[in-house]
Amino acid sequence: MSAAADGGSSSTIPRLGIDPFALDFFDDPYPTHQELREAGPVVYLDKWNVYGVARYAEVHAVLNDPMTFCSSRGAGLSDFAKETPWRPPSLILEADPPAHTRTRAVLSKVLSPAVMKQIKDRFVAAAAAKVDELLGRRHFDAIPDLAEAYPLSVFPDAMGLRQEGREHLLPYAGVVFNAFGPPNELRQTAIERSMPHQAYVAEQCQRDSLSPGGFGACIHAFAKNGEITDAEAPLLVRSLLSAGLDTTVNGIAAAIYCLARYPEQMARLRDDPSLARNAFEEAVRFESPVQTFFRTTTRDVEISGNRIGEGEKVLMFLAAANRDPRRWTDPDRYDITRKISGHVGFGSGIHMCVGQLVARLEGEAVLTAFARKVGSVAISGPVKRRYNNTLRGLESLPITLTPA
Amino acid sequence: MPTITFIHPDNRRQRVEAEIGDSAMRTALAHGIDEIVAECGGNAVCATCHVYVDEAWLPKLAPVAADEDDLLDGTASERLPNSRLSCQIKITPALDGLVLRLPERQT
Repeated sequence: MSAAADGGSSSTIPRLGIDPFALDFFDDPYPTHQELREAGPVVYLDKWNVYGVARYAEVHAVLNDPMTFCSSRGAGLSDFAKETPWRPPSLILEADPPAHTRTRAVLSKVLSPAVMKQIKDRFVAAAAAKVDELLGRRHFDAIPDLAEAYPLSVFPDAMGLRQEGREHLLPYAGVVFNAFGPPNELRQTAIERSMPHQAYVAEQCQRDSLSPGGFGACIHAFAKNGEITDAEAPLLVRSLLSAGLDTTVNGIAAAIYCLARYPEQMARLRDDPSLARNAFEEAVRFESPVQTFFRTTTRDVEISGNRIGEGEKVLMFLAAANRDPRRWTDPDRYDITRKISGHVGFGSGIHMCVGQLVARLEGEAVLTAFARKVGSVAISGPVKRRYNNTLRGLESLPITLTPA
Repeated sequence: MPTITFIHPDNRRQRVEAEIGDSAMRTALAHGIDEIVAECGGNAVCATCHVYVDEAWLPKLAPVAADEDDLLDGTASERLPNSRLSCQIKITPALDGLVLRLPERQT
């Protein structure tokens, strides 16, 4: 690391050689997260020519100033003002107010707390049945058999998707989250292989593909009453198909991985199943399934005394902020009783995850079933990481359950 | 500094000092009032910072916005005419003495 001038505009901003999208970084990001936080409130990453923020205060500040740190030039490294996006931009994630305000309001209503009350019983029953089935097997792989199988058993139905072709959903989401990263092999390979997944998703976004009563049909209903246009509705359905499944897969996987590694926390959960929702939330902080997002500056701006010019990409390390000791006591400890309001695992501000209530519903449902039915969770085979430019998750997590 | 009185579900009253400009939600969290969960951290997404506002204080609050209104339809404890989300109540000098009753459940 060296402190150096960058065109005279950022004389005190430390420049680092770190590549936060390299496979060896993904294997163990925590020492590098610490290095990023300790280097300064703002850093410059020479590898990809971007600014970075890794402390909680600065990440939170950038997230909550969407007019200065915009999303319409892309929430990934690619600057939509300079490069053609790999797919038509999202009308919500990759949009700024006032355009964003209207589309956000629609998805907020589609995924509101009142809607969650309607779907809750179904989601809870499916989780209980899944955990019963797995307890019968004892040994299984918690990634495909639980973290993927459970959301796949509830979310596509809640969307109103037909049965055929659902195998495209996870690969499509994998492409979307790889594509936020830099033009490395992960991103390039994902996009090269994306055509069949894109074709599937484009078709499912159409009104006629979506069964009545689902989230997808609900979005199209807002086109009927004029809050959005007929052309916008399919793209908003696409947003839920992009971000509604893989994220919860990795969130649930994170929670199971935590409970398997920290048996004393599993014991507390068993003693008090009402902690299930917080145990899931804490796993989202601790593992941060969505590790990073980018913003682009719309003007010259100062962050904590450091000047950044207009049109610069700023990389927000959500995961590093979620373990910043300036904000969190004992941040590297998974503690299911932690008071966790304010973590940025779902982001913060106007772009904060609009599907967070679905994620919590799924996470709470699985962990409540665990709390009531499972005695202990043990890792019983080699744990394999799955590499993605944005998502932190596992490929394989062999576990053994003992019944309560 | 304005004070807010929170009434717990067991009728215990807790008087706390509030910073002007903070939300009632943040004030509750700062004083360890566990009945306020605030899962979304004050971004008007989750409806887990629900409070019942003492009738005398209702007219002094800014009116309920459309997004707050939608969220209040999904509170875990019953929505009443005096239901508000505490993240949307901004503390001003005029709110000195505000009384908020905490619901039984937030999730």
